[in-house]
Amino acid sequence: MARAGVARSYPLIVRAASQQAKHIMAFELRRKEWERIEKEGIAAYPEECCGVLLGKEQEGRKVLSDIVPLNNARKDSPRNRFLILPEDFVRSEREARARGLDILGFYHSHPDHPARPSDYDREHAWPWYTYLILAVEKGQPRDMTGWLLSDDRASFLPEEMTLSDDGTKFEARSGT
Amino acid sequence: MSVKVIIPAPLRQYTEKNDSVLVDGQTVDEVLHNLTERYGDLRKHLYSDEGKLRSFVNIYRNDEDIRYLDKGSTAVKESDVLSIVPSIAGGATAMADGLSLLTKD
Repeated sequence: MARAGVARSYPLIVRAASQQAKHIMAFELRRKEWERIEKEGIAAYPEECCGVLLGKEQEGRKVLSDIVPLNNARKDSPRNRFLILPEDFVRSEREARARGLDILGFYHSHPDHPARPSDYDREHAWPWYTYLILAVEKGQPRDMTGWLLSDDRASFLPEEMTLSDDGTKFEARSGT
Repeated sequence: MSVKVIIPAPLRQYTEKNDSVLVDGQTVDEVLHNLTERYGDLRKHLYSDEGKLRSFVNIYRNDEDIRYLDKGSTAVKESDVLSIVPSIAGGATAMADGLSLLTKD
């Protein structure tokens, strides 16, 4: 899809996925969902957007089918925090099951902040789930990266992501 | 009497990959006790060392958080569905606001 005035460049693979997460796997999404998450990030700016990633695990890959944007419940600090209410999770999970899907993870944006997980992200993360982070700088979408919590909860590991439209692979840098 | 317990994806590795499990019990505590008896590795993910439900774990009876019902003593009946619901939160560091100021034109 052509985007007026913006040449899209997706981050390249910079290192192989670590073995520190027992259930590490690749995450596959279509450009359509990527762009929907970008639109959510733009619309929410300068606040953080958040939502649920629905799809299926297939032979060691997580394949995204749809996203469900959710209300950021952190009204006290929406520019650098997000919270998904448990009742929204329950509704999303019910919707997923009705469609034969699972909750694969969550996305959120970092307004004017790199697409890297913070300590706060890590402290509140669950294993197995994919955490997609979109950097939005001055209202424009930048990098999007995917992360998995290590089994010892000590760190976030970059998760390899594939755009299923053309097979482009990319993975976040684990450092700064 | 058994009720259905919905298992979120990260915890299915401890429930033989089952996404829901039928468990006996008259109260939420009884159901969770029987569930963690059957799947021992699940216990440390639901309860702290002191035996309390972890703060980032929520239990719902149908559409209601048991913290606002009778907590662990909340009664369950056969048609009820219990969900183990993870708290999901995060966000950029506190530096985000500062960076935002620095990058303004």
